[in-house]
Amino acid sequence: MSSPKQTQEEYYGGIRMVPYDLIKELTLAMVGFGVVALILAAALSSPDVPPVTIAAWAQNDPVDFVTTATAELGGSTTSEGYGAPYNNAGGEQSWGPLAPQVWFGQRIPIDSANAFVIQPLKDASFGNPDLGTSLATWSAASSDQQTKWVAAYTDALGKATVTDGKVTVATGDYGPLPTMMNNLLGVAQSGGLDGLLLVNGRFYQTDYTQSLLFMGDGGYLSGLANAANLTGSQWGMMNETGQYPGQTWLWLYTMWYQVPPFTSDTGFLGLSAHNADLGIVILMTVLTAALALVPLIPGLRDIPRWVPIHRLIWRQYYAPKSKAAARA
Amino acid sequence: MFEQTLVTRPAPPETPAAPTTSDPSWTYRTRRWIDRVLPMDHLLPHRQPYYVGSWVYVFGVITIAALAWVVLSGVILSFMGPQWWHDSSLGHFVNSLHFWSVQLFFLFMVLHLWGQYFMAGWRDGRAATWMIGVVIFAVSILTAFTGYLSQQNFAAQFIAVNAKDAMNAGGIGAFFNVLNFGQMYGLHVMLLPIGVTFLVVAHIVMVRSRGVVKPIGPEGGSAK
Repeated sequence: MSSPKQTQEEYYGGIRMVPYDLIKELTLAMVGFGVVALILAAALSSPDVPPVTIAAWAQNDPVDFVTTATAELGGSTTSEGYGAPYNNAGGEQSWGPLAPQVWFGQRIPIDSANAFVIQPLKDASFGNPDLGTSLATWSAASSDQQTKWVAAYTDALGKATVTDGKVTVATGDYGPLPTMMNNLLGVAQSGGLDGLLLVNGRFYQTDYTQSLLFMGDGGYLSGLANAANLTGSQWGMMNETGQYPGQTWLWLYTMWYQVPPFTSDTGFLGLSAHNADLGIVILMTVLTAALALVPLIPGLRDIPRWVPIHRLIWRQYYAPKSKAAARA
Repeated sequence: MFEQTLVTRPAPPETPAAPTTSDPSWTYRTRRWIDRVLPMDHLLPHRQPYYVGSWVYVFGVITIAALAWVVLSGVILSFMGPQWWHDSSLGHFVNSLHFWSVQLFFLFMVLHLWGQYFMAGWRDGRAATWMIGVVIFAVSILTAFTGYLSQQNFAAQFIAVNAKDAMNAGGIGAFFNVLNFGQMYGLHVMLLPIGVTFLVVAHIVMVRSRGVVKPIGPEGGSAK
């Protein structure tokens, strides 16, 4: 081991030095790499499948849209039960006493039912007395009554039909829900809901949290992602749309989602599919730290000595002296 | 015939007007420190040990070249705005250049990492160089991740919806909201590239300061 005070001249003392042109090497690398990258860009292009809009969702799968919106009112969607940072529903992941998801509370507060359904309908009720009356009826109803309407309407949606883009269900006691949902569907199909979920009272917007949470609650976006092999169980985080490579460098992170205990309901040592995200974040943090600390970890730092790959890399150095001298 | 034995250069003679080593000037002390830690013939060497002859040594410099092309194409994309490449064929080509440069950047960075691992490149006082290299790898992954989130297309949408759960479960989702395009785009085009570039410069300075590590074990013999 060299001393920190040792100069390069002392470190390399007695070792033959040969000419080297750093600038030339870097220039050649820049030019060569540029040529290869330009050829790849011209020949293979890059992926760009257009984004899904809420309007497209409502137009192409109106039953899924209405079912999701109804579930928001019933409090049974993923976002409604998520917990921090969106609400206090208590759906956070934990591992024993470790629950970093709750450490910072509801920093991005979102009331899904109100944000995704009620408030957009209030905005759309201007000049629409039928919708205004339905919203008033919904607000005045007891929680039990609302729950009954949602349950009955959700059951009926299982056999719903679609005519001219409108969702029709069998006759029943659904309270104001059919009027509310058909109005919300109309607003969504026209593209209005894309704007209403984004605006949030300001003109310039770059935050799509509400829109993406709402779409994530439905089955349309995940269905398209499943067809494109983008979901978590399909190694999705390292895939891309089309035939393009994705974030292939995330292969190890993605791999953990495919193997026990992170695919198991029962799990091991408290880690299971229910807290897979937290478990994998902790595991990858530990592995990344271990990679950084390889020089300090006995065993890991010794593997290069045991595996003779270095003898291929430095084969000239390890060549018998007589052969090396003959080449010199 | 081109080989030569390293000869220690004589120190340049100090002029009578030059400050002494006890000069309290911060500027003078900083310059002396830089001269000692990274003299120009270490920063831009024109000779190197004869054993530096493998292609493994080229992976690092190709990674630097890739980073330069990633930054160049990224600067054009950010100057023209996030919508440009969706609407323009030239913009799409520049995005493709950015895309493939990133793919190759990671390919050569991983090859460089594994090469350095099997050469045990952290030996002889180079542990910090290795550690900064791993940090560069991690920050590069974060930078690429924010890039995928900033694409404004279907892949970006689903990556955001899918990835939020890991971010939230780890606690950082409260501050690093992958569903917020503005936040991800700002991090991707400004803070994270500056971080990667700064770390790469530090990594290169450390490599050049100490030089390449010696092979494992004695010359012409076993590695034990």
